[in-house]
Amino acid sequence: MGDQAPAIELRGISKAFGPVQANKDISLSVAKGAIHGIIGENGAGKSTLMSILYGFYKADRGEILINGQETQIPDSQAAIAAGIGMVFQHFKLVENFTVLENVVLGAEEGALLRTTMSNARRHLTEIAEEYEMDVDPDAVIEEIGVGMQQRVEILKSLYREAEILILDEPTGVLTPAEADHLFRILRGLRDEGKTIILITHKLREIMDVTDTVSVMRRGEMTATVKTAETSPEALAELMVGRKVLLRVDKKPAQPGRTVLKVDNLKVVDDDKVERLKGISLEVRAGEILGIAGVSGNGQSELLRVLGGIERATGQVEINGQQIDLTGRHSDGRSRRERGIAHVPEDRQRAGLIMDFAAWENIVFGYQWDPAYNNGWLMDNAGIREETEGKMERFDVRPPHAHLEAKSFSGGNQQKLVLAREIERNPDLLLVGQPTRGVDIGAIEFIHQQIVDLRDAGKAILLVSVELDEIMGLSDRIAVMFDGKIMGERLPGETNEGELGLLMAGVTNGGSA
Amino acid sequence: MDAMPKWADMLLVPLISLLLAMVISALVILGIGEDPWAALKLMVQGSFGSTYGWGYTLFYATNFIFTGLAFAVASHAAMFNIGSEGQATLGGLGVALVCLALPWPHWTVALVAAMAGGALFGAAWAFLPAWLAARRGSHIVITTIMFNFIGLAVLNYMLVNVMRPEGSMDPASAKFPDSTNLPSLHDILALVGIPFSKTAPANVAFLVALVACVLVWLLLWRTRFGFELRAFGKSESAAVYAGISPTKIIVVAMLISGGLSGLMAVNNVMGEAERLVLNSVEGAGFIGIAVALMGRNHPLGVLLAAILFGFLYQGGAELALWTSIPRELIVVIQGLVILFTGALDNMVRMPIERFFLWRRRNAQAGE
Repeated sequence: MGDQAPAIELRGISKAFGPVQANKDISLSVAKGAIHGIIGENGAGKSTLMSILYGFYKADRGEILINGQETQIPDSQAAIAAGIGMVFQHFKLVENFTVLENVVLGAEEGALLRTTMSNARRHLTEIAEEYEMDVDPDAVIEEIGVGMQQRVEILKSLYREAEILILDEPTGVLTPAEADHLFRILRGLRDEGKTIILITHKLREIMDVTDTVSVMRRGEMTATVKTAETSPEALAELMVGRKVLLRVDKKPAQPGRTVLKVDNLKVVDDDKVERLKGISLEVRAGEILGIAGVSGNGQSELLRVLGGIERATGQVEINGQQIDLTGRHSDGRSRRERGIAHVPEDRQRAGLIMDFAAWENIVFGYQWDPAYNNGWLMDNAGIREETEGKMERFDVRPPHAHLEAKSFSGGNQQKLVLAREIERNPDLLLVGQPTRGVDIGAIEFIHQQIVDLRDAGKAILLVSVELDEIMGLSDRIAVMFDGKIMGERLPGETNEGELGLLMAGVTNGGSA
Repeated sequence: MDAMPKWADMLLVPLISLLLAMVISALVILGIGEDPWAALKLMVQGSFGSTYGWGYTLFYATNFIFTGLAFAVASHAAMFNIGSEGQATLGGLGVALVCLALPWPHWTVALVAAMAGGALFGAAWAFLPAWLAARRGSHIVITTIMFNFIGLAVLNYMLVNVMRPEGSMDPASAKFPDSTNLPSLHDILALVGIPFSKTAPANVAFLVALVACVLVWLLLWRTRFGFELRAFGKSESAAVYAGISPTKIIVVAMLISGGLSGLMAVNNVMGEAERLVLNSVEGAGFIGIAVALMGRNHPLGVLLAAILFGFLYQGGAELALWTSIPRELIVVIQGLVILFTGALDNMVRMPIERFFLWRRRNAQAGE
């Protein structure tokens, strides 16, 4: 093993996009038959580096060596030829094709499909058996679960005889149990001699599954260490460049009156699919109710209904007053007037207008407020002044009110949204994925703001797919699966295993 | 951070586009054996060399300001209103009906009423496409194009069957009463003692257009509604999150857009022809698209671009009059300008952006 050439060696890779240096002189060596983690905050340059390796971008400088041989990778065809396979965060599968058809797509052996298909079926079964990945070759993609779809992506690479497998944030859409299954598969692949690169921002996964880990920060590779010789705290410090509190520091909640009461809430989408199947819950003043669940199980719809974006049936009371759910007498504005503030899950598509300046975004959703208007015209000067105060209090950097939202980093964009919503002093704050795409340094601050609002006696409904976040912030946890609430737990009396089972729809040993 | 400074975006890109269009036009003129330099001199002379030329240039520009603003307002709400032509046609009908309806005591009263009539008819013509887009998801480009044809047919019917004076063979309305005749720039400038061509058609509607520029700017960047309109145009999903009604924005934005198109008739129908004829809009609705694109959908940009296109129209007419350059070639030149300033915007923009990035990087490296 020791004298073997590394599976991948990168020497002095640099890549700039305009004025942004995405990768600075990166060197990396991954041994054959290892699971190597690459960890770093959003924008640290992980994805750029992998895109260079997979032929999507061309490095400005530097060389790539595969098995000790210098290799040019101008496009993904070349990457596949060099034995590199990539599993993207968003799967590249044809939804209405079968597993077999997806695996073959792009690797057909000739004009006629028949022989390809029968060869492929045999070959695919062999691979699936060898690596213990049970998939039905004739299942249609849209009818199988995400965990299974991901396995199809891996099989696609193996079918193309990949020796090196790159996985980009593979667990984002998986339940903890599915993630464990994935890690078992990855270990199996490693034991068969494959080399695996795992890109993630989750420290726990790195500790769980990798042999070695590299940390990236601001386009540079700051360290490469053996996983066994490091700790989550040490890695976090390497990622951010300073000591970070990984745990939220908070006092026990002191719940007061009921602020939000939801009863038998149902949503049917345009395709007549029931997205919410009778949700009932309560949030009291001074507490954080966390909604855990794998993304796509109705959490988004719940937030959207409460935020006045989507229609529903059922009953919702805020401060004891019923609100209209049909959309006829209500929308996002009337919710805001009732004291409901909403930090949406997708700040780029909903929370902010990316082309608007920070000061325009700071009143977005509240532009009707007389405080922001002088009669017919908006009080732009006053708004700009107020924005500067908010940006300062929420530590938005750089603190320039005239900059467009898109020119801020993810964390600072989120702080803009939070500044806007929290400083309205709402009775109820809806928060979706507060720290998605946010750097670790800002996570700490954002969590603190949410806890402070709770301590000020406000009700908070938190939706997150990050179980750590739910466990750390919530005073009560409700788990959603398939449009229903599977159960409520107290964070102190449960663990990730139990929540994971609920997230997969399993209650008391029986599947729901 | 933006790739390039704002002034480069607003001025440099359109100017370079314009220059490219002129170079190619020059080559075409060379190709048919004429002198491009002489042609350019003639165009400039003909449109800016005399108050007569100015009078025509500003007259055309007034049309383009209205249609350009119309397109810009709709654009900010992410609506591609290609129906200015039809809306201005109907605006003409509205203006004509108002002018012929009453014995107006004074042109000022008539102007206000005609503006209301033109805007109302133009807006009404935009309403149905807007409502269909907001409620039924019909594509605004398709519906507004179709409404151009329907508008033309309506005008045709009205002129032939309803408004044609008895005994006339011409599909045109009766001449408007003298009390509705708008003062020309000659009359206005005479008040302050500036001599101006008596025959040129530029009239008080130009001032109305300037006021419209200011009002549109106020609307878009200073009012709540403008804020919501622009927010919706940038991101519909975010607008819905904020509780902004897409239906309201689409319909009102299109009504304003149609109204601005309709206002154009105050210039060409009331100000110049003083009666309603077929095809009075003469493509100004489509030129408005190019004007708005070149003017970056900003009222000031629209004003400047409208004057440029006014120059192309008037200069082109002079070319056709004094040289053997055929009328069609002038359309080619106008087309080239539209092509470069509107459609090929990115072709010019990208290298300029790269230049600025390169310069900035060098500046940083030099620090």
